[in-house]
Amino acid sequence: MAAHEQFADDLALYAIGSLPASEAAGVEKHLETCAECRRELESLRGDAALLALSAAGPAPPARSRERLLAAVKNAPRRQRMILYHAKPWWAIAPVAASLALAIFGLFLWRENTNLRQQQAEMQQKQQSLVAELARTEHESEKAREMLYMMTSPDVQKVSLATPKGAPQPVAKAMYKSDKGHLLFMASNLAPLPSSKTYELWLVPMSGAAPMPAGTFMPDAKGGAMVMNPPIPPGTEAKAFAVTVEDAPGSEKPTMPMVLMGAGQ
Amino acid sequence: MASARIQPGEAERSIISGIRNGREDAMAQLYDRYSSMVYSVALRVMGDTSAAEDVMQEIFMQLWRNPSAFDANRGSLAAWLAVVARNRSIDALRKRRPETSVDDVVVAADIDLESDAARKIALEKVRGALAGMPAEQRRAIGLAFFEGLTHTEVAARTGEPLGTVKTRIRTALQTLRKVMA
Repeated sequence: MAAHEQFADDLALYAIGSLPASEAAGVEKHLETCAECRRELESLRGDAALLALSAAGPAPPARSRERLLAAVKNAPRRQRMILYHAKPWWAIAPVAASLALAIFGLFLWRENTNLRQQQAEMQQKQQSLVAELARTEHESEKAREMLYMMTSPDVQKVSLATPKGAPQPVAKAMYKSDKGHLLFMASNLAPLPSSKTYELWLVPMSGAAPMPAGTFMPDAKGGAMVMNPPIPPGTEAKAFAVTVEDAPGSEKPTMPMVLMGAGQ
Repeated sequence: MASARIQPGEAERSIISGIRNGREDAMAQLYDRYSSMVYSVALRVMGDTSAAEDVMQEIFMQLWRNPSAFDANRGSLAAWLAVVARNRSIDALRKRRPETSVDDVVVAADIDLESDAARKIALEKVRGALAGMPAEQRRAIGLAFFEGLTHTEVAARTGEPLGTVKTRIRTALQTLRKVMA
């Protein structure tokens, strides 16, 4: 923090939400480019958690337990994969296309054609898709970003597949390094026991150790999606890979890799 | 800066995994383990038992609907819940829309907060640290954290310079970190 002393007081205030919005903007801008201050922010929030502990008081009323469990029983789940379920036609399309291309050995030549087809399909369906996703502001924002990630020419696109043919798991990663934005979609994944999880890894161009880029479990059809895991903006990707780890995930990848793919 | 981070223990991992797999009994375990802590934080901020219960319910249901909001690789569930409970309570107290998505909250806690016994030990240390702070520092961090005041509002309330308030809040957080080291 010595190099960032000018942000030290403001960072502490920001961590507990006591920095006015007008001043928070400057801190947020600095955080975008300073991993050290992002780590310090996490630690300051840990300190704040300790402060919260000092509030220890009476237990909640007994009825609240029943109230929660009744609500749980009736509440729909909103996991990452739900978005995938709701839009299988285009979530699967790019992955299926990549698999077909791999089988015919024309992957590289056909990739551009494939992307143009995807783009045309996306544009055709954009209007209805946006209307559907407008149900919630949060999901709508994610969908717009997905469209951008899938169609923008300046987004790095990486296809991942097992080295040896057969109907194997396939995936596609769309990555915008300057913002650290990542959209990852996979299909044909084998189911895992609840004690295990799939984990996505970003292999940095710098040669640094692989970075965790989110954990996920496939749905009943073997499909899964990860969107915008916490990746520091500016991290250049050499490759992406998927491993199976003990739930809820690992800091280091465990061999062998289920999927891997290098950036274009 | 903290150099090590305690990852979720076995109990937390089991609960998180269960929630991700849609197991309702995992939510019961979550409630049994953390409801008192979350409720206490909400009650301290809001001062109203019914409102505190509503905030607790909202936080647990958000985790049920969207378990990926909590990233087990980035710290303990207990610390995350404590910070989210405080933030949500401040938002509710001021009757404003949530300013921070639960997805955005990353909390690094370098101590064990998983068991009731561990949290009790931590509580005693934190209360000791708060009692040992100068009264002005304790008041500044209390106004900012539990009442959700900005440092400008704290300065207006206490009549102290802005810079002094900023430094007091930062120093108070540092003191807590040191006492737990």
